[in-house]
Amino acid sequence: MSKTLPRWADLILIPAINVLLAFFVAGLVVMFIGEDPVHAMGIMIRGALGSDYGIGYTLFYATSFICTGLAVAVAFHASIFNIGGEGQAGVAGIGVALVCLTLDQTHWLLTLPLAILGAMAFGAAWAAVPAYLQARRGSHIVITTIMFNYIASALLVYLLTNIFKMPGSMAPESRRFEDGANIPRLDQMADWIGLDMARSPANISLFVALIACVLVWLLIWRSRLGYEIRAFGFSDKAAVYAGISPFRITMITMLISGALAGLMAINTVMGDLQRLNLDSVLGAGFVGIAVALMGRSHPVGVVLAALLFGVLYQGGAELAFEIPAIPSQMILTIQALVILFTGSLENMVRFPMERLFLFINRGRA
Amino acid sequence: MDLAELFQLFDSTMRNAAPLLLACLAGLFSERSGIFDIGLEGKMLAAAFASAAVAAWAAAPYVADPFPGQISGLGLGWAAAWLGVTAGMLAAIAMSALHGFASITLRGNQLISGVAINFLAAGVTVLVGEALFSMGGQTPQLTGAARFTAIELPLAETRRGIPVIGPFYADVISGQVILVYIALLAVPLTAWILFSTRFGLRLRAVGENPGAVDTAGISVTRQRYSAVLICGVLCGIAGAYLSMGTSAAGFVKDMTAGRGFIALAALIFAKWRPWPALWACLLFGLLEAIGSKYQNVDVGAFVIPVQFMQALPYILTVVILAGFIGKAIPPKAGGQPYVKER
Repeated sequence: MSKTLPRWADLILIPAINVLLAFFVAGLVVMFIGEDPVHAMGIMIRGALGSDYGIGYTLFYATSFICTGLAVAVAFHASIFNIGGEGQAGVAGIGVALVCLTLDQTHWLLTLPLAILGAMAFGAAWAAVPAYLQARRGSHIVITTIMFNYIASALLVYLLTNIFKMPGSMAPESRRFEDGANIPRLDQMADWIGLDMARSPANISLFVALIACVLVWLLIWRSRLGYEIRAFGFSDKAAVYAGISPFRITMITMLISGALAGLMAINTVMGDLQRLNLDSVLGAGFVGIAVALMGRSHPVGVVLAALLFGVLYQGGAELAFEIPAIPSQMILTIQALVILFTGSLENMVRFPMERLFLFINRGRA
Repeated sequence: MDLAELFQLFDSTMRNAAPLLLACLAGLFSERSGIFDIGLEGKMLAAAFASAAVAAWAAAPYVADPFPGQISGLGLGWAAAWLGVTAGMLAAIAMSALHGFASITLRGNQLISGVAINFLAAGVTVLVGEALFSMGGQTPQLTGAARFTAIELPLAETRRGIPVIGPFYADVISGQVILVYIALLAVPLTAWILFSTRFGLRLRAVGENPGAVDTAGISVTRQRYSAVLICGVLCGIAGAYLSMGTSAAGFVKDMTAGRGFIALAALIFAKWRPWPALWACLLFGLLEAIGSKYQNVDVGAFVIPVQFMQALPYILTVVILAGFIGKAIPPKAGGQPYVKER
């Protein structure tokens, strides 16, 4: 690591330029399609932030992305690329459903904490196998987590068509949860304090996700374990000399990562769908990669990036509705460009920047 | 199960295995040179779209004096199909070049670049498809000469009478699309290039120890770029086969459906070697054929659910990676950017 760049440039300037580049290219794509990018941008922002309904949906999406973004970010600190958020969140949905289907005659104050535990336990369990295989048998975790995404989706299809399916129903989904598993939505919570808010699926899990952000910050920067995780991520060989067990760090990091990815199932399965079906994750596991890259693996950055992607998802849905020529795959394209520019083309901005700062510093000396 | 049914199964095995094999060999070139490629899926998808779109356009009737707003086709016959394959290759090569630029020139993270390419292809194919054809991201149905049709190999029908071998030749080997034969021929060709040419030696060396290759005065950058471009060419043919050589006859969004990752699985299964890649792809092709022909496989004592058959390639790959059946050791310099000493 060369120290040619000041901290603010490294943490804010370069990611900002990269994200701007991604949006610029996305704008070019919109122009190529024959639409006006500025007009499209306006529709997206109005659709996502122009009404309390839109804001509700934006927050709902952002909640999922905070969870999956944190999951990828924690693993990044240990230099582990967890690409399995999709599978971990999918399997976590089973944990949520098991708790909810058993206890939904009671009260959400009981079911929510247990469902959180269920989600995190199932997500962590699904991450544990690739983690163990990497730590003990040296299998490449990127490949195994990709494989586990596919295995998870096959498992879900099997369970939903054979175990969870209601008799007499054709749809591969569980029965609807009873009232005891309905967690408060944001509009209901706003009602408690006398505010009026349009109904949207945003729910109490937003606060669960924000608490998770604080806990992750404490873990990574204020705990001994977090220090070990970062040390391992910086140099696994040096970490061994410092008495840090690679096996332990890999396992713990991936368990935390899987648990965080699993947490998003609370938001979707319990907060929105109120049943387990096949599309509870819908790519949020992968959005987490873009969110973590953009947020520089810092909880604050993750929240900001998750909000941006929340705006993109909600605004993108409105955009596809208003301009049918721009289908919702526009979001996927922007997501790809963000990952590309902030993740793998990063040095395209960094190299010239370093040269620029070297030049400035020389001038000063 | 009688012989005819078995051969029918083998026939669809061949059809399923061909795109896997092409993508697998594509990954083999790239990864042997030290560039990990989890973007095979995206490259195939982009190629499937580009080839179907160009073939549809090239085959559409030629209008001498088009009305404003009406686009004239080229009115080509069989050449439209080949123009489509070329377009598919160019699309995949463009993706490869992007991957190469990110991971060779800019020394970026190869895995992240691969992920980005997969998303980029999934998004852009639908966006452009919708802008060009307004059919929900699909291309028009390819008909007649705009697509590839089965080729009868010589003597297939006349020698059908020979027991076992006759029908096997007629039903399994003969009657495939030309791209299937190209996929099969690519195996010995890859083996020859990799193990019997100077280029292949350097390619393997650059994936194991780029420093040594650099010391010998050979450009690591150039060697890796050529490997990545070959990867693009092969992925291009694989994608073209999916949209122009199978019964689909046109592009549908997300039509690769995880085949890029199965190809990656086959590559690991084959331990980055061409001939084992053939067997791995045939095995995964057979699994797919069984999975689509028999929904749940009854083995007497219990029933294997179809979902298990679908997940089997992924499970097998994990087992191989864990070293329970032999150890799959990737090229040593894989995934690491090469920084020349100064």
